Amino acid sequence: MEEIRLIEVKEEILFDNIKQAGEVRERLRKTKTMLLNLMSSPGSGKTSLILQTIEGLGGDLRLGVIEADIESTVDAEKVAARGIRAIQLRTGGFCHLDAAMVTQGIDAMDVSELDLVIIENVGNLVCPAEFDTGAYKNVMILSVPEGDDKPLKYPLMFSVCDLLLVNKIDYLSLSDFDIAVLRKRVLALNPRIIILEVSCKTGAGIESWIDWLKAEVAAFKRFE
Amino acid sequence: MHELPITESILKIVLKHAEGNRVQKVIAIHLQVGKLSDLEDDWIQRYFDYLSRGTVAEGAKLKIERTPVMMRCNGCSASYETDIARMGDLVCPACGEKDGTILSGREYTVKEMEVL
Repeated sequence: MEEIRLIEVKEEILFDNIKQAGEVRERLRKTKTMLLNLMSSPGSGKTSLILQTIEGLGGDLRLGVIEADIESTVDAEKVAARGIRAIQLRTGGFCHLDAAMVTQGIDAMDVSELDLVIIENVGNLVCPAEFDTGAYKNVMILSVPEGDDKPLKYPLMFSVCDLLLVNKIDYLSLSDFDIAVLRKRVLALNPRIIILEVSCKTGAGIESWIDWLKAEVAAFKRFE
Repeated sequence: MHELPITESILKIVLKHAEGNRVQKVIAIHLQVGKLSDLEDDWIQRYFDYLSRGTVAEGAKLKIERTPVMMRCNGCSASYETDIARMGDLVCPACGEKDGTILSGREYTVKEMEVL
């Protein structure tokens, strides 16, 4: 009888993605284009935030948007209607974007002409947290109707983000969402995260978000 | 939910090593997956069975070892183990500090394989 051999492999399963994400990062460092990965559940306000961001920036930064959806192009159409370069990637059933898909997105736009590219990731709090897209900053949205218990259920997502936007704060008075409890839970997972409260509907808090964004792009251009 | 692309990567790594070692048949593949990942073991096996058809890895059994979620206390620097269910309300067992940094629990590694 043949003998079973044991081969040592020790290879990172996500190595290809990590490598490609590194290439995206290097390429955008050269063109001085900051890539921001925006993640959240479906319906928490990613597209609304992008539309508010376009308005809030008022042309101060040259912006491009990569939209990812399992199907449909409605998000890209809304963004393009504001005169912003938007690329729609159809993930064809995939639950997240990976660095290869992001590469296709930036290949399709002239990034050297842009200061900031926002990726609107697939609406999902699980898978996007596991795949490095090559983004310089990771931002997530949690909306009030989703509840303050989400950090307990999706800790990885909260731990990989640089900034959390708590959206739909205009619903706070109608819900039992406890913002102090949420802050405590999120900061326990990720002490460095910045938490901003916004309403894409009323525009509350959007100014702080725009200030953060401008400061980050300026810092990226200066130091990276 | 993202078992398919993960499984494709696993197969690619396995076939590369199988070729380099003149393997006739892969019997088992040992994976190390962190407990922070939500991978479903059954689904990885199912996708693997499908993707590996007609290759030397057809019929190989995936053996998944789950590595623990380890935290480093931001207060006293002690390391301690936790799990997903407790991550929103962390408390360092040494000093009671609530802030911590994730040390491990996100691994995705093909560790070794049993082959003929």
